[in-house]
Amino acid sequence: MIRKVRPHITQNEPLLFETSSPGKAGYQLPDLDVPAVDPASVLGRANTREEIEGFPEVSEVEAIRHFSRLSTYNYAIDLGLYPLGSCTMKYNPRVNEAVARIEGLAWAHPYQPESLSQGAMEVMATLENCLAEITGMDAVTLQPAAGAHGEFTGILLVRALLQSRGNPRKNILIPDSAHGTNPATAHMAGYKVQNLPSNERGMVDMEALVRLCDEDTAALMITNPNTVGVFEENITKIAGILHDKGAQVYMDGANMNALVGIARPGDFGVDVMHLNLHKTFSTPHGGGGPGSGAVAVKDHLEPFLPVPRLLRSEGRWTWNYDRPDSIGRVRAFYGNFGVLVRALAYIMAHGGAGLKNATMDALLNANYIRTLLEPYYEHPHKAPTMHECVFSDDLQAKRGVRTGDIAKRLIDYGFHPYTVSFPLIVHGAMMIEPTETEGKRELDLFVDAMISIAREVEDDPELVLKAPHSTRTNRVDEVGAARRPVVRWKPPIAEPRP
Amino acid sequence: MLAAIGVSSLQDLFAYLPPEVRFDRTLNIPPGKSEYDIVDYFRARASENANGYTSFLGAGVYSHYRPVLVDTVVSRGEFLTSYTPYQAEIAQGTLTTIFEFQTMICQLTGMEVANASMYDGSSAVPEAALMAARITGRDRILISRGVHPEYRETLVASVRHQGLQIVEYGYDRDSGGIDLDDLESKLDASTAAVILQSPNFFGIVEDIPKAAEIAHRHGGLLVVSFAEAVSLGILEPPRDADIVCGELQSFAISPSYGGPFAGIIATKEKFLRQIPGRIVGETKDANGNRAYCLTLSTREQHIRREKATSNICTNQALIALMATVFMTVYGKQGLRELAEQNLSKAHYLAGKLPLRFQGPFFNEFVAAANGRSPGQINEALLEQKIIGGLPLGRFYPELEGTMLICATEMSRREQMDALVSVYAAAKEAMAK
Repeated sequence: MIRKVRPHITQNEPLLFETSSPGKAGYQLPDLDVPAVDPASVLGRANTREEIEGFPEVSEVEAIRHFSRLSTYNYAIDLGLYPLGSCTMKYNPRVNEAVARIEGLAWAHPYQPESLSQGAMEVMATLENCLAEITGMDAVTLQPAAGAHGEFTGILLVRALLQSRGNPRKNILIPDSAHGTNPATAHMAGYKVQNLPSNERGMVDMEALVRLCDEDTAALMITNPNTVGVFEENITKIAGILHDKGAQVYMDGANMNALVGIARPGDFGVDVMHLNLHKTFSTPHGGGGPGSGAVAVKDHLEPFLPVPRLLRSEGRWTWNYDRPDSIGRVRAFYGNFGVLVRALAYIMAHGGAGLKNATMDALLNANYIRTLLEPYYEHPHKAPTMHECVFSDDLQAKRGVRTGDIAKRLIDYGFHPYTVSFPLIVHGAMMIEPTETEGKRELDLFVDAMISIAREVEDDPELVLKAPHSTRTNRVDEVGAARRPVVRWKPPIAEPRP
Repeated sequence: MLAAIGVSSLQDLFAYLPPEVRFDRTLNIPPGKSEYDIVDYFRARASENANGYTSFLGAGVYSHYRPVLVDTVVSRGEFLTSYTPYQAEIAQGTLTTIFEFQTMICQLTGMEVANASMYDGSSAVPEAALMAARITGRDRILISRGVHPEYRETLVASVRHQGLQIVEYGYDRDSGGIDLDDLESKLDASTAAVILQSPNFFGIVEDIPKAAEIAHRHGGLLVVSFAEAVSLGILEPPRDADIVCGELQSFAISPSYGGPFAGIIATKEKFLRQIPGRIVGETKDANGNRAYCLTLSTREQHIRREKATSNICTNQALIALMATVFMTVYGKQGLRELAEQNLSKAHYLAGKLPLRFQGPFFNEFVAAANGRSPGQINEALLEQKIIGGLPLGRFYPELEGTMLICATEMSRREQMDALVSVYAAAKEAMAK
C-alpha cells in the first residue's frame, strides 16, 4: 500500500457545510422597488420557516474554489479517452453549448405565445425530420427526457396500438444481453418479461425466438448492434417472426452510433425505437444527465405519440393537442429542448456525408482496439465487431485478477475504464467503445496500457489488485457504503463537556 | 490502422452487413456547416422567438436571475464531459457535489433523505406515487386538481398500466386550496397516497399539516409536490409529508422552452430503499480517507432488471449541479431574501388586480380578467412588449376568464405598473 500525502489544501476540500460560517454570503440582490411585506402576516406564521437549518453560508470566492477543486477530482472526455461501452463518450463540441445559451432560445418560456415561439418550434421540427431520415422511420417525438424514458414511451405506444387492435397482450421478449432498463421498462408498462437467450456468436438464438414468440407476445426489445457490439445479422428474419405473430419490434438505440448513415432501423423491420441524443448526437453527459430519449416510429404507431405534436398550419408552427388516440404525455412541456438544440447543432456540423464518416471512424477505432488486444485478452464472440468490442477476463481471472481490477489499474495509466461486468452474458466483461472522436495516438496509448496491465497480471497481480495507486482517492469501499448508508451530511454531535 | 485490422477500406468494415440492411445513399441532410454558420442559424431561430419582452408567466417555469457563477462552474469540462460516476476513484468531484445536493434538498424540504435527481418535477410525481404504492401495498392515488395539470397528465399516462387507480379531488372555490371535505370523502382503506402541490398551480400555499393528518388517519401517505422551489426559502417545509417531490427549475435553470430541468424525490429515512434512481453515499477509500460512491444500487435497473424500483438510468446531474451552485451562492440568508422579494413583488402586483382566490399565495396568483377575455388583455400587453399571464380556461374550464400571473425578483415595478394599467384600461373599455 502506497500511503499518499495530501498536503495541499486543493486536495482536501471539505464539504460546503463544514466551511460555512454565519453571515457569509456570495449574492447581492437588487434593491426592492416595492414595499416589503411581512411574510408571517401574508402567509400566516405557521406557514413561514425560521431558517433553512444547516444551509451553506460561504463567500463567492469560497464557492468557486470549492467547485473548482472538486472538479479536479473528476475524469472527463476533455482529459482523455473515456471508453465506456454502450455509453458513446464522444467529444462534446463547444459550439453546441454556445448556441443552447442564446437568449431567445435559453429564455423561451414553454407557455409563451406560439407566435413568439416559432424559432424554437422550427428547431424541433427540423430535428424531428433529421432523426426520421437517419433512422428511416416516419415520425419522431422529442418529449422523452432520457433513454429509459424513451423506452417507456415506445412500449406505451406498442401497448396502445395492440389495445386498439383489441388485445394489449402479455409478454415482452428481451435478449439476455440487453441493458437493465429494457426489462425494467417492460415491467413499468405492465408487461411480463421473457428472457431470450443468445447464441455462441452473441446474437439472438433464432430457435428460442421461434419457440417463445406467440400470440401473447407484444414486442421484442432488441438492441442492434447488440451489447457485445455485434450486428444482429438475422434482424430482418427476426422482425418477420414478430410481425407474423402480430407483435412489434422495439429497437433500443443506445448503439445507434454504429449505424448512422450505413443502415437504418426503419429499413430492417423496426417499428419503434429510441435514440439517446446524449450518446449518438454528442450532447454532454454532465456526470449523469441531462439526456434526451427521442422516439421514432413507423406510420402505424404515429397516432399514439405523446401530446402535443408539432403541426404546420397556415405557414406557421402550432402545438396540436387534439390527438384522441395519444398515450397522453410522459412529462410536462415538450422535451429537453436545450439538449435538442445541441443535437441539431451536431447534425448540422456533420451533414449527411459527415455523419456516415463519423460512423465509419467509430467502427475503425473499435476494430483497431479489438485487433490489437485480442492476443492478450479473451474475445469470446467471434462475430465481426461494430462500434464496440467486449472482452472477457478469463485469462486474467486465472491469476485472481478480475475485470474490475483491470479497470482500476487503467486509471493509473490515465484512462477512464471501459464498462465493467456488462453485458451479463460475458463472463467478467470488459466492454470497450472508443467512439470516432479518438485519434490513433490516444488509441495506441490505451492499447499499450491494456497490454502492460496484462503483463502485470502475470508478473505482479497484487499491483493490479490494489489499484488505483496514482489517484487522489484510493479504491473506494462500496460495500461499506451500502451496508451503513450515509446519504447526507449532518452536523457533528457536540462532545459533552467534561 | 486499416492494415493492422486487415482490411483495405473503411467500407470493408461493414461489408458483411446483409444487402437488404445496407443503406446505400447519402442521408438527406445538408452538407456539414461551419461553426459560424451554425451560430448564425440558431441566432436566426432565436430571433423568431420572444426577445426583449417582459414576462409574467410562471405556471411551473419561473424567471429567476441566474448568478454568473452557475454557468462558470457547469461549463468546466470536468463536470460537463464526465459520465455517471461509476468509477468512484476518478469521479469524486461529481459524487461530492451530489452528496451536497442531497443534503441541501433535505435541508430545504425537511425530509431525511433525497436522491441524486429525477428528470423533472412532472415525472417525479408518478415515481412518488409508485413508491407510495410499494410502501403501503395499496393501489389508489388521490391527486389534487391544484397540482400542475401537466404533472397530473404525466401521472395518468405513466402509472395506468401498473394497476394504480388515479382519482382527482377538488380545490376550494374560495380559498383556492385543497377541498378538505372532498379529499376526506374520497379517502378509503385502499388509498396509498394523497398528492398535493404547494404552492399549488394557482400559487396558493396549502395546509400541509391538515392534509397529512387526514391522509395518515386513513393509513395513506402524503406526497407533497412543488414547482416553485424558491418558495422554500420562506415557507415552512412540508415536514409532515412522507414523500416530497418537486422541480428545481427556479434554481438557476433556464426556462429553455420547457427543459432540461431537474426533479427531486426526498423522503423519510425508513423509506430510503424504496427511492428510485441514483443515490450517493459516504464511505472511505483504502487509505481511510472520506470518499463518496453511488450506493444502494440493488434498487436499480442495472442490477434488479424488471424488479427495480424504476427504469430510470440517466438523471439530470449537470442540472442538479446548477441548482447546487445556485443554493450555494444564495445560501441561507440569500434564499430567504430572494423569497421575500418574490413575495413582496407578487403582493404589490396582486394588490392592484382583481384576485380570484383568497388563500395565502407566494409569487403567483389568479386574476379575473374584468370581463374581457384573458386573450384580449394579453394581446394589449404584447403591444407593450409584455407577455401576460397564462389563461386558465385551457386547463380549468370553470376558471375561463381568469389568468395565472407570476411576479419574481426580476419583475420591475414599472413593468408591473404597465400590466396594471392595461388591466385598468380593459376595465374602462368594458364600462363604456
